[in-house]
Amino acid sequence: MFINILKSTDKRPGLNPPLIVNMAITVIALGFLFLFVIMPLIIVLKEAFSAGLSLWWASISEKDALAALRLTLLVAAIAVPVNLVFGLAASWALAKFRFKGKSLIITLIDLPFAVSPVVSGLIYVLLFGLHGWFGPWLAEHDLQIIFAVPGIVLATVFVTFPFVARELIPLMSEQGTDEEQAALSLGASGWQTFRRVTLPNIKWGLMYGIILCNARAMGEFGAVSVVSGHIRGETNTLPLQVEVLYNEYNFVAAFAVASLLAGLALVTLALKSIVEWKSKHD
Amino acid sequence: MNKIKQYVLTVILILFSGIPFPANAVETDEILNVSYDPTRELYRDYNELFAQYWEKETGRKVNIRQSHGGSGKQARAVIDGLKADVVTLALAYDIDEISAQSKLIPPNWQQNLPRNSSPYTSTIVFLVRKGNPKGIKDWNDLIKPGVEVITPNPKTSGGARWNYLAAWGYVLNRELGDLKKINNPENAAEVNAAEKKAQEFIAELYKHVPVLDSGARGATTTFAQRGIGDVLLAWENEAFLSINQLGADKFDIVVPPISILAEPPVAVVDKVVDKRGTRKIAEAYLKYLYSPEAQRLAARHFYRPAYPEKADPADIARFAKTKLFTIDEVFGGWRKAQKAHFFDGGIFDRIYQPGYK
Amino acid sequence: MSFRFKESSVLPGFGLSLGYTLLYLGLIVLLPLSALVFKSSELGFSGFFKTILDPRVLASFKLTFGASLIAAAVNVVFGTIVAWFLVRIRFPGKRLIDAIVDLPFALPTAVSGITLAMLYSPNGKLGIFLQSIGIKVAFTQLGITIALIFIGLPFVIRTVQPALEEMDRELEEAASSLGASRTQTLTKVILPLLLPPIITGFTLAFARAVGEYGSVIFIAGNMPMKTEITSLLIITKLEQYDYAGATAIAVAMLLVSLAMILLINLFQSWSGKHSGR
Repeated sequence: MFINILKSTDKRPGLNPPLIVNMAITVIALGFLFLFVIMPLIIVLKEAFSAGLSLWWASISEKDALAALRLTLLVAAIAVPVNLVFGLAASWALAKFRFKGKSLIITLIDLPFAVSPVVSGLIYVLLFGLHGWFGPWLAEHDLQIIFAVPGIVLATVFVTFPFVARELIPLMSEQGTDEEQAALSLGASGWQTFRRVTLPNIKWGLMYGIILCNARAMGEFGAVSVVSGHIRGETNTLPLQVEVLYNEYNFVAAFAVASLLAGLALVTLALKSIVEWKSKHD
Repeated sequence: MNKIKQYVLTVILILFSGIPFPANAVETDEILNVSYDPTRELYRDYNELFAQYWEKETGRKVNIRQSHGGSGKQARAVIDGLKADVVTLALAYDIDEISAQSKLIPPNWQQNLPRNSSPYTSTIVFLVRKGNPKGIKDWNDLIKPGVEVITPNPKTSGGARWNYLAAWGYVLNRELGDLKKINNPENAAEVNAAEKKAQEFIAELYKHVPVLDSGARGATTTFAQRGIGDVLLAWENEAFLSINQLGADKFDIVVPPISILAEPPVAVVDKVVDKRGTRKIAEAYLKYLYSPEAQRLAARHFYRPAYPEKADPADIARFAKTKLFTIDEVFGGWRKAQKAHFFDGGIFDRIYQPGYK
Repeated sequence: MSFRFKESSVLPGFGLSLGYTLLYLGLIVLLPLSALVFKSSELGFSGFFKTILDPRVLASFKLTFGASLIAAAVNVVFGTIVAWFLVRIRFPGKRLIDAIVDLPFALPTAVSGITLAMLYSPNGKLGIFLQSIGIKVAFTQLGITIALIFIGLPFVIRTVQPALEEMDRELEEAASSLGASRTQTLTKVILPLLLPPIITGFTLAFARAVGEYGSVIFIAGNMPMKTEITSLLIITKLEQYDYAGATAIAVAMLLVSLAMILLINLFQSWSGKHSGR
């Protein structure tokens, strides 16, 4: 078993670097991850469990934390599917066809990333705030968008908007259209072609897109903070709850909730591993 | 496939159950108190106290929803449509802005309740490392060589503005000997000279600041957890709280001989309570803050109560006697102070301008 | 070559998918952003430029874009290596390592900032060590760059990884059976195929870094002219209830990012065309 360590995963001829190069790659990769990901993770976990398991459990099963958890899951459950559908449509249009202005559209899709989270919140205030474009109309009809759940969902959709699309576009352009053309010429319908040919080809990219989108949807802080209103037990998402606890000098609870958030995001990755394992064994 | 559908349906049901939409929910008495960061502990206790009182008085249950954040950010949220019944913020300027920008509160709001609508006050003190190794006693010690001062950015933090103004007032008092001279036109030249000195002092002071956190609690963390700096400028109640929470064996409080009287004000948001029909309870909520029970509670949470005689003498004894000046007597009110010092191009910006000596 | 809007294709669904894309893009991105631009126009032409050409704002632009470029470049190099490691090398516990790569997204930015500050502050685990060899990280520009590397880390890895996984192994086989050396296979076959996802990852990491606020603020120190990022200046304006000023800086920042990303994307589609795809 250990004989295989550091060997290339694929034994077919090709670029199989010598062991020493693999070793160097492994050392660099692990060193980089250790410094930037593992150390911070250790700190979060250490702080979260520093007062024992029971206090950790008490922190995350506390009333406000549970309300925040439910809100976070709700927001992710709306934002991720919405952006998934968009991502599929956008990558189909942008990767499978050639037309003028494509780069511009891709750039516009990237744009939400470059917008500071604070500004992503602010734009919805400018739209739906009391003095915003639609504010007076909303107030007249007693509708609340910002400082309530709809505003939080909108801000989250905005910040996670590009993920799925941006994962799929380069992948689909790389794959080209030959397989789809073949399927169509064999008489498959457009929908069948998409489902049977395109979708299997992009499944990993799609999976990563969903994972990233979901992780970010649950972890978003800045934009949500602007439109939330911070009402305890109502409009606080998990990240905002972390801030609340931290500001109360309740460091253990703050990191406990943070560790929960990290765990939640990793659930999607566990799902990916299961799918991967199943597809290998089928 | 059917199983999956069932599963998804269950998940959706669980998620949506009990998610309250705050826009329309006035079944029981319910009010929203939008407050700033350091009052969390105080209002957690006060809300319970008031709920008991309200139930005894009227027989009705009340649910007080609570929101905390930076004072300016909270004020903006109210301006932009967060439906607060009452606001309890760090400085009058923020409530003035709610009044000016959204007309939700009348301009003369500060006269509605006793003591400038401030049921509790505080002041700015120094939190130093245990034993006060740098020997910091007064404002002038802050600019001694080798002393590092931690204070947040006054442009983003209300608390930091109190710190800044307290330092400014100290210099004026030192130069003039009597702060009453400020509002007397005869002393204009003298006051001008003193203000020049104050500006020099402030510029020097901020040269001793290695980190400008964006909020008061961030600054406390930098000082207490990261171990940076020799002295933290902080609200008195925050200083007490950090000693309680982060270790009495690590820090000491030093109260300077003169400091500013920080008055965090409260107000009913008229337009909101009228629309929601919660005026009676909102007014009662703020009025009850002046009751002996609430005053005692404020003192227990390290706020100097508006009526110290109503509070527990043992709590009051914790507050060191010191000379306190108000923002009105030294700066002519928040609006003027804000404009001269903290707006873009104001004195605080100028001391960071490249080329400023 | 004719100047038609779209080259003909036998694939269906162009109108539907593009229409939906544009509609959604318009509603979710363009409409809100136009509110931003509209608000900033309240300042007028000269007011707008006066706001964004302020020395402090310019210094923050330099810092924000500079640190973001460096962070994205670092992520390209190490991200590609990590992706290669995750796909091509056998290693026990790789699944686990794969799983934690997304951590920087999952952690709320404020938690990341606090954690990084804990690690790198003069009394932190790494801070003590770095201090002893004379490197100060927390509350310097280096600290900002490190925070930006952290938050952009998953992008390059997660764009290169699927491309490596889906890469047609036969191309490599063919290359090596035709007698290409490893270096030739790497530079002539693999890298050209990986270039689009690498560039995408770079763009995304860069864009994300430019806008970042929460994690940077705890480790930056926020000193005017030195470690003050643009997002903080926007907050500063908002604290003065200066919405127009805040949106002006935001718009300027957005235009610069837009131009940079557009350039990268144009380069990418140009290089795509010229490599015969």
